[in-house]
Amino acid sequence: MKTASKALSAMTMVKEALEKAHKYQEDYHIFNFINDVDAIKKAAEIDEKIKNDETVGRLAGVPYALKDNFLSPEGGTTASAHILEEFTSPVTSTVVAKLEAEGAIMIGRTNLDAFAHGSSTENSYYGPTKNSKDLERVAGGSSGGSAVAVALDIVPFATGSDTGGSIRQPAAFNGVYGLKPTYGALSRYGVVAMGSSTDCMGFFTRDPEDLDLLMEITAGQDPKDLTTLPDFYGQNHEFDDPIKKIGIIRDFDNDAVDSEVRAALARKVEELRAAGHEIVELDMPALKYALAAYYIIVPAEVASNLSRHDGIRYAFRSADSNTLSELYENTRNEGFMPENKRRIMIGNFVLSSGFYDAYYLKAAKARTLIIDEYNKAFEKCDLILAPVSPNPAFKLGEKVNDPVAMYLEDVMSVPLNLAGLPGLAIPVGETKDGLSLGLQLVGPRRSDQSIIRFAKQMCCDQPHEDHHADLSGVSTVEGGEE
Amino acid sequence: MTEKVKYIPTIGIECHVQLCTKTKLFSEVDNDARQKSPNSCVSPVDYGLPGMLPRLNKMAVRYAVRAGLALNSEINLQSRFDRKHYFYPDLPKGYQITQLFHPIIGAGYVELPSGSKIRIEHAHLEEDAGKLSHESGDSLVDLNRAGTPLVEIVSMPDIHSAVEAREYTKELWRVMTYAGVTFGDLYNGNMRFDVNISIAPESSDKLGTRAEVKNLNSFRSVERAVEYEIKRQSKLLGKGEKVVQETRGWSDATGETTSQRSKEEAQDYRYMPEPDIPPLNLRPEVVDEERANLPIMPAEYRAKFNDILGSDTVEILLDYRPLMEKLAELDDNKAAKKIANLFSSVLLAEENASLLNDELPSKEQLLDLVAMNEKNELSSTGMKEVFLKFFDPEMHYKDTLTIAKELGVVQENNLEELEKIVDAVLAKPETQQAQADFKAGQEKVIGFLVGQVMKESHGKANPSAVQDILRKKLQ
Repeated sequence: MKTASKALSAMTMVKEALEKAHKYQEDYHIFNFINDVDAIKKAAEIDEKIKNDETVGRLAGVPYALKDNFLSPEGGTTASAHILEEFTSPVTSTVVAKLEAEGAIMIGRTNLDAFAHGSSTENSYYGPTKNSKDLERVAGGSSGGSAVAVALDIVPFATGSDTGGSIRQPAAFNGVYGLKPTYGALSRYGVVAMGSSTDCMGFFTRDPEDLDLLMEITAGQDPKDLTTLPDFYGQNHEFDDPIKKIGIIRDFDNDAVDSEVRAALARKVEELRAAGHEIVELDMPALKYALAAYYIIVPAEVASNLSRHDGIRYAFRSADSNTLSELYENTRNEGFMPENKRRIMIGNFVLSSGFYDAYYLKAAKARTLIIDEYNKAFEKCDLILAPVSPNPAFKLGEKVNDPVAMYLEDVMSVPLNLAGLPGLAIPVGETKDGLSLGLQLVGPRRSDQSIIRFAKQMCCDQPHEDHHADLSGVSTVEGGEE
Repeated sequence: MTEKVKYIPTIGIECHVQLCTKTKLFSEVDNDARQKSPNSCVSPVDYGLPGMLPRLNKMAVRYAVRAGLALNSEINLQSRFDRKHYFYPDLPKGYQITQLFHPIIGAGYVELPSGSKIRIEHAHLEEDAGKLSHESGDSLVDLNRAGTPLVEIVSMPDIHSAVEAREYTKELWRVMTYAGVTFGDLYNGNMRFDVNISIAPESSDKLGTRAEVKNLNSFRSVERAVEYEIKRQSKLLGKGEKVVQETRGWSDATGETTSQRSKEEAQDYRYMPEPDIPPLNLRPEVVDEERANLPIMPAEYRAKFNDILGSDTVEILLDYRPLMEKLAELDDNKAAKKIANLFSSVLLAEENASLLNDELPSKEQLLDLVAMNEKNELSSTGMKEVFLKFFDPEMHYKDTLTIAKELGVVQENNLEELEKIVDAVLAKPETQQAQADFKAGQEKVIGFLVGQVMKESHGKANPSAVQDILRKKLQ
């Protein structure tokens, strides 16, 4: 990642990013907010420090895009939801604080499915973000805006949150890298919660090496988030051995998966075999319960986490209410999107008295089975290579009225979230129609760095791959005007 | 008319105890909102901002452990938190973080002054909600109390009368304040009681349908509410009607309970495990440390002092833990008895109420006081005077003898000195008649003569010694 220096000012980088943001905004609808004023101010401050030979951080002057569910006082944090319109946070999320402490400059807040509920960014109150390769198609979701911001080279990196695939799937749909770290590697403090037991903060980049730096900066135990793990990133020598055995999941190899996705996986597998890796075929029957378990556990947490949006203390409150229950009903009815309501209903249903054991507890048991199955798998292989989603980017509107079809998008991404495993979406070329194809590398808990290094090795081993990753390290071209 | 049926009441009590930690249960803001303006002790966590996560106050955990030990309970080394959901403006997150499935405090008991034991089912750690007030059509929310740590103590249905209910709540208050985990200020809601009451015919082996009276905040209102409920339920059953399972409210003004919510209207709290707080694992050392921090409990004081002081005095003094601590500190039963008497007759007299807030006399001062009295150097009146002077800021650091001397209340016990004074008095013309009367057998006049000697000695003479000398001289 290029950082500001005497030769390249932060102002130049930030202005360029802001210009691109504005240029693409109308067609792609990437941002909920573009940080014109504060970003320029911060760039000037960094340039002043550089001029005075003061030390600057490892991300000095690097413009980045922030998924609009990360809290910070710059711009309102809307989570693309009507109910949080006009909400400006007095606090800053830990991840943002760490990035900014290293000199990164937020140039815009990116669009998402409201409260991150969705797999296409079509559930945004502000309208969908368009796919970077095809304006007729979805960006993926929920972190659609961030994926497109990186794919269109507006910024070298963007933040995302991944509860059931919300980083990896839009990364795959837009041909960029998208890392969902081990659960608890990054603090969740200051990010609008979706499913607390599966939410992971992560990043989009065009270069796997950038992920390594971003993880070094942002990972670590946070006293403000009791579920963060003790620091491990960059100090985990148990994963130092070179990766030899690559697992592929036989259960995912079926007709429900698009032929081009299957072909892309087969191609990669052959390349890896040719490069000397052993391919291990895995049977993981418990994974078939993952989607069902996920759509019980996460809606339960969603329903709970969204209870705080009641119109009493902050943000949106419905205007015409005569009683307290009317105030609650109208505020929540008007403020939430249909998909939010659907998940709140499901969540409250599975938690209600008499149903808890049949649904929530059973799902929790299924979750344990899935964790066990991954543990067994990682006795047989070092990493798993799998599709991220069953298909490349679909058409806008194609699934938005069919919730189950939309949920099926997540069938291959949610198992990791339930197990808390790290997963990295990597770009693996395009379809005949020019749509991005992506696969995911999955490792045991805390193997984040070795996954990133393996991805780097894979991209460097194959010089003909379609990616712009290495460009950012070179001072010649700047992504260009396409 | 049928014969009047005797009903046996069965009562269980849930008590919420606000812990007196410096900061709240899940955030770092001030937990003591007394004399603070509304909504001035509220962190983003307690305010329920999106993206906020609870942190766990270690001191609150320690206090909970100590409270558990004070309840003679098992401490669960692993406990977990859960979410309890309902919508109300005083509950910012839309759920309360509590412990439903795995509470920190297991089964225990509270021993009442009568010696009977009320079993504790369990007790758990949870956060308090805020407060609503209603003013001229507006409802105002104050979140200063939101997130205050509570220990909720759930008793078994071991209580069978209104008096026993009051005794239990009072004893719980004592136990919690002795443990030092709460300020115990009932007026400000530091302890609040929910009482479950049912009645059943004496012959029946099944319990009746219970009503829950919520949010009682004094021992007296607990007693009155139970009395009222027993009467109300007996009347219903007497008429052949049924008691409805419901939540009722209590009014101190009317002395009645009224229906608030029936079972059908009861909330479904949709409990779920709290995903933001990992299971709480206590090191066994924490329990040991808190056991060491636990002061002497009321039951131990009773065992120690009931025989010496009588249970009535002990119960009075138990309300003032520093007094009991002082008595125990004396480590001298005879002295304790005299000092306990001074405490109850002097210190707890209404006119001296203000002294209770002052620092108590030292162990040495009190032991000296008792010793001087025993040696007849102080009369019981003199002892009281010196005792009161201990609380005088100018006298507080002086020893007992110095204070007694300054007050001029040390009794003269030197026989030679006393004889001189007696002789002087007997030489006085105004005593001649009395001397003659005494010699003539009028026993009573000795009192007059002793009085004259006391006067001559400015009250310092030891009256019984004076009497002995007088009798000898007038033989």
